[in-house]
Amino acid sequence: MGLSSLEIYKKLPQTNCGDCGHPTCMAFAMQLAEDKASLDECPDVSDEAREALAAAAAPPITDITIGVGDYERTLGEETEIFRHDKTFFNETGVAISVSDAADAEAIEERVEQIDQLTFERVGQVIEVDMVAVTNDSDDAASFKEAVEIVADNTDRILILVSEDVEAVENALEVVADRNPLIYAATEDNYEEMTEVAKENECPLAVKGEDLNSLAELAEKVKDLDYENLVIDSGARNASQVLADQTVIRRKCINDKFRPFAFPTITFASGETPAQEIAQASTYIAKYAGIVVLSETVELSEMLPVLTVRQNIYNDPRVPVTVEPNQVNEIGEPDEKSPVIITTNFSLTYYSVEGEIPSDAYIIPIDTDGTSLLTAWAADKFGGKKIAEIVNEETDIGDRVDHNKLTISGHVAVISGKLEEESGWDVVVGPREASGLTNFIANRWEDELEA
Amino acid sequence: MAVEIAKQNWDGQVEELTIGATEEEGGTRTSTVTVGGETTLPFLHFEGEIPNKPVVALEILDEEPKDWPEPLAEVWGDVWDDPAKWAKKCVEEYGAELIALRLTSADPIGQDRSAEEIAETVEEVLDAVGVPLIILGCGDEEKDNEILKAAAEAAEGENLLIGFAEEENHSTIAAACMVHDHNVIAQSPVDMNICKQLNILLTDMKVKTNQIVIDPLVSSLGYGMEYSYSVMERIRLGALRDDDMLAMPMINFIGEEAWDVKETQASEEEKPGWGELSTRGIQWETAMGTTVLQGGADILVARHPESKENIEAGIEELMTESSYE
Repeated sequence: MGLSSLEIYKKLPQTNCGDCGHPTCMAFAMQLAEDKASLDECPDVSDEAREALAAAAAPPITDITIGVGDYERTLGEETEIFRHDKTFFNETGVAISVSDAADAEAIEERVEQIDQLTFERVGQVIEVDMVAVTNDSDDAASFKEAVEIVADNTDRILILVSEDVEAVENALEVVADRNPLIYAATEDNYEEMTEVAKENECPLAVKGEDLNSLAELAEKVKDLDYENLVIDSGARNASQVLADQTVIRRKCINDKFRPFAFPTITFASGETPAQEIAQASTYIAKYAGIVVLSETVELSEMLPVLTVRQNIYNDPRVPVTVEPNQVNEIGEPDEKSPVIITTNFSLTYYSVEGEIPSDAYIIPIDTDGTSLLTAWAADKFGGKKIAEIVNEETDIGDRVDHNKLTISGHVAVISGKLEEESGWDVVVGPREASGLTNFIANRWEDELEA
Repeated sequence: MAVEIAKQNWDGQVEELTIGATEEEGGTRTSTVTVGGETTLPFLHFEGEIPNKPVVALEILDEEPKDWPEPLAEVWGDVWDDPAKWAKKCVEEYGAELIALRLTSADPIGQDRSAEEIAETVEEVLDAVGVPLIILGCGDEEKDNEILKAAAEAAEGENLLIGFAEEENHSTIAAACMVHDHNVIAQSPVDMNICKQLNILLTDMKVKTNQIVIDPLVSSLGYGMEYSYSVMERIRLGALRDDDMLAMPMINFIGEEAWDVKETQASEEEKPGWGELSTRGIQWETAMGTTVLQGGADILVARHPESKENIEAGIEELMTESSYE
């Protein structure tokens, strides 16, 4: 529950009655600390202690659900300041804004463009999650109309950007069931805006002028009994956004500071796509729950931003792998090109791929994403296994007219077994991938004729 | 409600390091570049000092590149057969404060140029521009020991930054840098322990801690960048927690990595869903550069002048003071 057994023990009745099934209160506290017991088992624990323990056990950042259906997603629930300490869990939502000051046709076109921002790379789909409709017209009717057009043209999550309670209320008449994010409750409108959010059960962004006013306002909204929140410190300059994001995250994780225990929303304020991309990359790396862009709508501009997110939120506890047990073509290989056998650990694979100067085939063997020597030591890169994969799962035999597989000099020891099991000749290449350039340029011809 | 700002007290400081030497300092450079010196995590001005901004260098080769994609050919194609002209264009047209010269022509399976020829090239580039230089080998260990030694000698007094010293091959390069008064890049393969071990080996040879730059070997955005990013964060945290052997500025060769992947090379016909090639690569390099800045990069080596400009604009914004009253 995130507390040490001693901290829990201090809040227990310390009667050592044994009614909880544990011999002493300390033993019970130790089980609680490891989540192996429930506080309900103790008959004498006070309500006050129960509350204190529950608050301490609550996740440092609340999880907020936004959107519905395929695009429904969770924000927040993070527990780390640095990804290498465990992982970042819920990817930053990436939103693009649409102004309600544009005419209907222009809105439709822009939404269509945004709706195409879905990419497939290295076997994963990455895409823009949200569309933020901004009430630039200052007119409630235009806002409602724009929201309706956007909603009709995309299934992506909606953010309703208006501080005008009436405009938000009107727009919600058409899209409340899509669980959009309302942006935002401010010092001036928070009572009514919170009421509207509550009635429609939609997440609500709380916007302060700085960290102090944000904390104050978040507390006020919580006092109105609403905690389905996203927070914004109001900063727009990258330097201040970075500072605020860092302080918010630290206050949540280190101090359990409850007014900030919500996912954040940030706005890229750059005037060009390049400026926005620089800001968005920074905010994604540094804790933003949502980042809203307005200038970056081209495919070529959004692909890098979404890739930054994909990288940063990649779980460092799980090795990154490439699709195993298949033939990958580098350049334009033909029937005389070398066939290189390696593992499916991304770093290994790409260091091999990166050193190949000309045309070749690479077959990454499934080693659960471990490197060459690790895989060999763990019996995941043996002659028999490689032979089976090469002969039964790939068509490499049809693609080349030679009979040679190249392996790294590090695992030369498997060549006998591999030859015997596969029927291919094994060429022992250089130990390091960096030697491949030289190998292919100077030795491959000879090997081919040997 | 007054929120108590969560400031961290760091004990350590990143070493400050200068590249280049002017006439008064025994060189011929018209400007120098100083990096490092931070006492806080990247751009967190509210809890420490950031005396020097990160710098973006432009990378040039000493021979015509073979496989650089179209957007790079477009900006450099008219000068890339002549490293002196190329360097001049970097400085005069694109305002480069620092240039990285990669000596690929020495590659034994390529042109195999001799150490003497390489030394001449280095001198030509030094004559052509006044900014400080980073000098990089061709990647063949044996040959690099030869040519980098010659380059270090030819550029004595210029206080260059030379790479790479590696765990298994560092003594020749480190010695050349010491004898001829240059800084050295210590490259480790995405591994904080090897990084630290290499710095220990170098300082055991009496290389000064403020003459070493760490290259943690960053992979391209989309291809393992996050590994390097986390290693960089851990190296920087080590420095701030007062580990002397991790307290060096860091360099990232973002251009070399960013322009070597499908996303920056594939044509629009091949990948219509990825948009225009002309902007895709530049933004790829921009996004990669700005992200690794958050890992603690002090020197970024880029290949496209526009991404250099984009990243510099981002740095400028991040260098404005953040504060809490």
